[in-house]
Amino acid sequence: MVDLSLIIYCGLVTFFSRYLMIAILKKEMFTDRIREVLSFVPSAIFPAIIFPAIFLDNTGMFVFDSNPKIYAAAVAVLFGLITKNVIVTIFSGLTSYWLIIYMF
Amino acid sequence: MSNKSNIFVKGIVDVSPLMIPVVPFGIIFGVLAIDLGLSPATTMAMSIIIFGGASQIVFLQLFSAGASSLVILSSVGAVNSRHLLYGAVLSEHTSDLKMIWKIIISYFLVDQSFAVTNKYLKQSSDKDKVFHSFGAGVTCWMIWQTTTLIGIFLGSIIPEELGLSFAVPLTFIALLVDDLRKLLNVIVIIISGLIATFGYEIIPFKAYVIVAAVIGLLLAMILTKFKVFRNG
Repeated sequence: MVDLSLIIYCGLVTFFSRYLMIAILKKEMFTDRIREVLSFVPSAIFPAIIFPAIFLDNTGMFVFDSNPKIYAAAVAVLFGLITKNVIVTIFSGLTSYWLIIYMF
Repeated sequence: MSNKSNIFVKGIVDVSPLMIPVVPFGIIFGVLAIDLGLSPATTMAMSIIIFGGASQIVFLQLFSAGASSLVILSSVGAVNSRHLLYGAVLSEHTSDLKMIWKIIISYFLVDQSFAVTNKYLKQSSDKDKVFHSFGAGVTCWMIWQTTTLIGIFLGSIIPEELGLSFAVPLTFIALLVDDLRKLLNVIVIIISGLIATFGYEIIPFKAYVIVAAVIGLLLAMILTKFKVFRNG
């Protein structure tokens, strides 16, 4: 059961991440150096969600042999690099995942 | 029409093409939430109160993995840290606004609206140009709430065997694709991913997301410093 108060707290955290700088920032505080490091934020966070969801099963066990998600993710990366299109990336991965689990 | 309305409408028009990928994203969120046993009201409340795709998906992912409230909250905070940069860019143009407008513009500030407004701010010299962000953000809001609702209805129809939860890592892969072209980003991505995977069982309280993200960012700090140094 998801607690509504947890949703509200997460909503506040999200709101203040958007509001904080608008409320307090002086332009000079943001150097190019800080900007550059912050540009790595997605690269630092998203793989921590992606990798376990691909390589681990529901019990947290490492699955490497005949894991359809690894192949499907590789297809998605490939299509993503070629097309740079979010929808194509997601659906190429999902389609190849379904092909693998239903055909083999 | 007043000048502000014109800029508001320009924001709507500019962000519209970016709404195409948001549609499946919103539907996937609704379907997943229902699959994980959330009520339709709770699912809708999440989209209205949090209003952030990445935050909401991370919430669901960690919730289904049995993470504690504190870990969910701090992971949502970590995912949101990119907003600090968006706010920093907008702050230059919001400083003369009333507090209520700062709050409204903040609530509607998302990846897609920032992407188009950032471009517009560089081109326009209008004093009210930041209302572009409001128009773009409201558009995102309407699409997000509508598609969440569609997902809620589809969630009870779509069978679990389809493995739609796999759409979560795929969505984040799609958001990372541009970074895969840059060597330093690829290094950070691999290290963060490996730490999360191997730390999943070892790191207590399911805090693997934050631990991996913090180490990844520290690594980025070191790598970029080295790059600056090397370039002279």
